[in-house]
Amino acid sequence: MASHPANSTATAARPQAPTVRRLAPLIIFALLALLPLGSLLGLPGHWLTLVTRAMIFAIAALSLDLVLGIGGLVSFGHAAFIGIGAYGTGILISEGQAEILVALPVVLLACAIFAAVTGYVSLRTRGVAFIMITLAFGQMAFYFAQALSAYGGDDGLTLYEKSTLFGREIFANRTGFYYAALGTLAVCYWLARRLVASRFGRVLRAARENAVRVTVTGYDVNRVRLGAYVVSGMMAGLSGFLLANQTDFVSPAYMSWSRSGELIFMVVLGGVGSLYGAILGALAFLITEDVLSSLTQNWKVIFGPLIVLFVLFTHGGIAGLVAKLRGRRDG
Amino acid sequence: MTLSLLIVQLLNGLQFGVLLFLVAAGLTLVFGVMDFINLAHGVQYMLGAYLAVTFVSLTGSFLLGLVLALAAALLLGLALEFLVFRHLYERDHLDQVLATFGLILLLNQAVKMIWGAAPLSVPVPEFLSGNVRLMDGILYPVYRFALIAAGLGVGALLWFVVEKTRTGMLLRAGASNAPMVSALGVDIRKLFMIVFAFGTMLAGFAGAMAAPILSVEPGMGDTVLILAFVVIVVGGIGSIRGAFVGALIVGLVDTLGRSFMNDLLRLFMAPASARATGAALSSMLIYLVMAAVLFVRPEGLLPAKGRS
Repeated sequence: MASHPANSTATAARPQAPTVRRLAPLIIFALLALLPLGSLLGLPGHWLTLVTRAMIFAIAALSLDLVLGIGGLVSFGHAAFIGIGAYGTGILISEGQAEILVALPVVLLACAIFAAVTGYVSLRTRGVAFIMITLAFGQMAFYFAQALSAYGGDDGLTLYEKSTLFGREIFANRTGFYYAALGTLAVCYWLARRLVASRFGRVLRAARENAVRVTVTGYDVNRVRLGAYVVSGMMAGLSGFLLANQTDFVSPAYMSWSRSGELIFMVVLGGVGSLYGAILGALAFLITEDVLSSLTQNWKVIFGPLIVLFVLFTHGGIAGLVAKLRGRRDG
Repeated sequence: MTLSLLIVQLLNGLQFGVLLFLVAAGLTLVFGVMDFINLAHGVQYMLGAYLAVTFVSLTGSFLLGLVLALAAALLLGLALEFLVFRHLYERDHLDQVLATFGLILLLNQAVKMIWGAAPLSVPVPEFLSGNVRLMDGILYPVYRFALIAAGLGVGALLWFVVEKTRTGMLLRAGASNAPMVSALGVDIRKLFMIVFAFGTMLAGFAGAMAAPILSVEPGMGDTVLILAFVVIVVGGIGSIRGAFVGALIVGLVDTLGRSFMNDLLRLFMAPASARATGAALSSMLIYLVMAAVLFVRPEGLLPAKGRS
């Protein structure tokens, strides 16, 4: 890759109040770290499970924001990576290999390979075709899992133990698992931030604004995009690993296309391209889903129109709202 | 024996392809002219099927039920266009994907509430029941032939409208440069309405025609929608000819793959592992075909002219 500095358009990609960008994630993580204390003060134990789940999906949403928000590539098959991560973990456990130090490299490698192959083909197209193709590849993974009769097929795979570290059952404790998920999310967020701030990230953002100019500057746009896609896929695989450990269950439904759509909604709900917005979006999504589904079995009848109204009447999501409240306009 | 199976499966593949074409044609037309990606297109197919269930059982006549179902599907589609889609044409594709995704959640659940979650069916009409004897020992249902014929007929009609009529000329012009068409004094809103109504009718028609041979259930549109995406990507986005070719390829590959993959693998594998691999491989086959096509021709087999 060329060694000269990135084009100046890269730095101007998405202006936002720097204090908001620095403070908001700190506040989010501080609140999340304090939440388990709430259960001492009488918060129902159900909340700990719910927020753990939300943080696991926040990792996936964060990974999607990396390609969708920063790279401008609408991937509609991201749930496949969650599924690969979950199935990798589940298959290893059911084969008697519960060690995290084995499971994680396997899962990450599997996701990287899947991302590299499907990404290479998908990135030959742009725009709507990219949406359709990633959707189709996600669906391919879904049908593959459904046909995997040795590991439960359509019914899914129940896991009778959780992953272990050096043989110790570190995920057995619910609060411990909560902090494991929070820690993973924090590390992923930090990595994503670093990546976006690096030259690689600047080229990725610049390519979103004007791919031709970046190409002319001497960068191989598709290689940068593929790199982002692979990193993003591995990150989503991590959330699949955690999800399998939380639910003790793996099923093809983890990679259904509606799950991919929900991930997109989480990112847009939080605010595209802000990274911490994806975390907010995931939290807001799962809590809303939980509240609505406790009200009525037909919660999707309410949730669907909410999505439509949200798209029609808002711009910039929650992160944009935060920025607006600070008196700065987003983008 | 194997030959007769092959013939039957070829016909099944053709019939499936024709069905996919009806859905994909509407989708690609709407996208080509309006630059609008409508995920709810699959739901419109599903609504066509459900409305057929209701109206056929109400009227007791298949043809009358079909006509009423089409009219109702059109009305529903236009209502959706007026309430939601119209406000999305100017938005980027992400917004379009998301809003129509929300509609899918709503409509799938609404259908479950109205008609129940259990699969329904429409009886095959009296005058199209029975089988045709192709050759010794091969029978093929008349209704499936009728479906193939109807699909091909609609395809021909579509070709005629798009290539030979004034509306079709405007459609083609709109597909290559909508702002220019608008600037030349054509009411682009009206044109969009016509295109959209067309697409809805095609999807509804496909759903209603499929109702007697497929189980009518919530979510049936999602599967078809994704296959239609594969069809469009393989054929070339915005191209109706491409959609036709792509639909036949996908229909044939999928059907033949599912029925012959096992036997093929058994030539060099143990039966048990051949069955497991065959099931996995045949369900992935069309996606592999899609990947191969994209690898060679990223813009699809028959891309629409005049699009960049």
